[in-house]
Amino acid sequence: MRSRLLLSLLAPLVAIAFALGLAAVVLLAVDVDPVEAVGSMLDFAAQPASVVSILNRAIPLYISAIAVAVGFKMNLFNIGVEGQYLLAAVIAAWVGAQFSIWAPLHVLAILLVAAAIGAGYSGIAGVLRVRRGVSEVISTIMLNFIAVGLTAWLLSEHFRERIPGDLNIKTPEIPATGWIPNANWLLEIFGLRPPNNSELQGFIFGAALLGVIYYLLVWRTRFGYELRASGISASAARVAGVESGRMIVRAMLISGAFAGLVGMSPLLGFFHQYTGTFPVQLGFNGIAVALLGRNHPVGMALGAVLFGFLERSSQILDLEGIPKEIVTIITGVIVLAVVVAYEVVSRVVQRRTIQAAARAAEARPVPQEAAV
Amino acid sequence: MNLRKAALYGGAGLAVVVLVEQATGVGELTSSGTVGASLRLAIPILMAALGGLYSERAGVVNIGLEGMMIMGTWFAAWGAWLYGPWWGVVLGVLGGAAGGLLHALATVTFNVDHIISGVAINILAAGGMRFLSVIAYADPATGGGATQSPRVPGLPTVDLPFLAGGSLFGWDTPDLFGGLERLGWPVVSDLGGILRGLTGGLSWLTVIGLALVPLTWFALWRTPWGLRLRSVGENPWAAESLGVAVYTMKYWGVVISGALAGLGGAFLVLVQANIYRESQTAGRGFIGLATMIFGNWRPSGALGGAVLFGFADALRLRDPAAVRALLAVVAVGLAALAVRAVLKGDPRRAATVGGAAAVFGLVFYSVEEVASEFIFMTPYVVTLLVLAFASQRLRMPAADGVRYRKGEAT
Repeated sequence: MRSRLLLSLLAPLVAIAFALGLAAVVLLAVDVDPVEAVGSMLDFAAQPASVVSILNRAIPLYISAIAVAVGFKMNLFNIGVEGQYLLAAVIAAWVGAQFSIWAPLHVLAILLVAAAIGAGYSGIAGVLRVRRGVSEVISTIMLNFIAVGLTAWLLSEHFRERIPGDLNIKTPEIPATGWIPNANWLLEIFGLRPPNNSELQGFIFGAALLGVIYYLLVWRTRFGYELRASGISASAARVAGVESGRMIVRAMLISGAFAGLVGMSPLLGFFHQYTGTFPVQLGFNGIAVALLGRNHPVGMALGAVLFGFLERSSQILDLEGIPKEIVTIITGVIVLAVVVAYEVVSRVVQRRTIQAAARAAEARPVPQEAAV
Repeated sequence: MNLRKAALYGGAGLAVVVLVEQATGVGELTSSGTVGASLRLAIPILMAALGGLYSERAGVVNIGLEGMMIMGTWFAAWGAWLYGPWWGVVLGVLGGAAGGLLHALATVTFNVDHIISGVAINILAAGGMRFLSVIAYADPATGGGATQSPRVPGLPTVDLPFLAGGSLFGWDTPDLFGGLERLGWPVVSDLGGILRGLTGGLSWLTVIGLALVPLTWFALWRTPWGLRLRSVGENPWAAESLGVAVYTMKYWGVVISGALAGLGGAFLVLVQANIYRESQTAGRGFIGLATMIFGNWRPSGALGGAVLFGFADALRLRDPAAVRALLAVVAVGLAALAVRAVLKGDPRRAATVGGAAAVFGLVFYSVEEVASEFIFMTPYVVTLLVLAFASQRLRMPAADGVRYRKGEAT
């Protein structure tokens, strides 16, 4: 049991090491000292402003990873997180700007709208899969592009706030009751004093709560048990009375609800309105984080922080004349390397299990009846 | 689909288009300019779709087409900048093929999930090409930068002699189809416009791209190699037991897939833009994937889908008002199908199709202009609708996306 834990930790570490090694080779090829590059990245990341930025980047990535992981747990591939969170963010931003009520309720209302939009949009893929047999991979790819079009259309035609002289396309600002206060005090507990203009987004607690909810839902409820059972063997689960169609729709709805919340931390903690500069690609990077963290709530948190670190520290590389896209390359390589590493590790484990079983069988003489 | 049937559908389609043009006064639908632009916009989609076809016929789902196409655009521009446009084509194809090789290595040799590998390749290609741009065009004197290449020489275009007024040994031949188009007679001029668009201003890469459609059909359905490749996509275990080198065939499929996506990227750079820009592909790899599904994993279907989506894109660029007329075309076409369903005694089908026709008709009457975002969405919506409502007619390769390991056959 312990060796299995070790092996499952080994795979992501090997993948990260491989990706960094490859990045080092690439950097050497363009005459950059990789040790120096990593050194300046780490120095830069240790600054308080960077710590805040890394965590702020990790929050939506973590939620995105959870959304993907819910699907993964039953062999569903929700590539549509990207579209789900963008559509949810633009609609929630507009709805949130329409009224102002008691602050906690206002925030909750916006979150609920976002989760509902995400769930509804993802549910389309679930229903198509169950009713019409359409692969959720293909339908969510199509729905991503449709969401991008819808978001652009809603923003420019319906939700746009027209201020004379202002050419930026954006929704009206959400009133202050809909903002999530910062969590800088959390850093101060740890003795870090963030600079004046940097705020740790308060939704970090929301993300942590979502991680706990994800854990309880998947590992501590009957629904989670049926979800995992369907993921391991759909036919066995069906025999045990789990209706696979209903499970697929439910899993997609829950995955989409998580996905809808991905954009909420930057929206309610920083932008307070949906603009053209709203972060994109969080959905795709969430897939990478879920793979790296192997759908585990803690593993994904570590993965999200790692990706936040890579993104943030890439900025210092640019200043030093090193192309910061090396970080995107590292991201892509990690995704590939980690799945290859898991594959290799699981083959090793499988071979060992077979060998152990063979040894056990040799030690015990075969009963006569069994040979007949 | 046999020739008579194709001619019948083509004729009926032309009649509907001409009718709508006369009724709405929009002349853009069949002008040679629109048709030529449709063709230019269709070729990259077609290349990606054919690329997806080779890969999926060999049983490997390829959502990395977009990334491979991005690699194609970058290397095509780089090659053209260094050595001239034809070398650009070669390097673009090789760049895409390199992406395909990576996908093959991950999915076939290392047995990685096809979707995950595709997602990773899309991430890698976008970052990797940006990285290469920063290095290759670091010197501002090149005229390029982090997000674009210098201007590169494009490929020459030709007008076919006699049909579209091209020159033959220095003699300017008459422009037959162009003349017909300029007459302004209904039907005759519409036909002239369409044919002029198909025969004039052709890039050699367009000709090559179109030729790849029958070539793909021949290679996959009329050669032993093609049979083996398809058998690997249908039932790799049976193929293995008959002595087919399954891994090799999958490698062929995926690498050719990348090469074709790269060719599509090269087309974008060397025919459409004469420059490499970041996000130039704009999701065309995914449109290609959609087109391949829409075309039922067949070359002729891919051609049809690519032309349809290219046409919608061309109308958006040339005359947004014409897109509204397109809605009327769709409405009339669907109404005709509904009538046919009634005649065939299928009231349920007639009701569905008739309802759809009514919806398109209503939209046509109620909107002034179709927002460009909706045209952007067209290929994806159409594919989703086809998947949802005509999936009985689609048949993907049986072992498409299955992770296969050698020696599992029982």
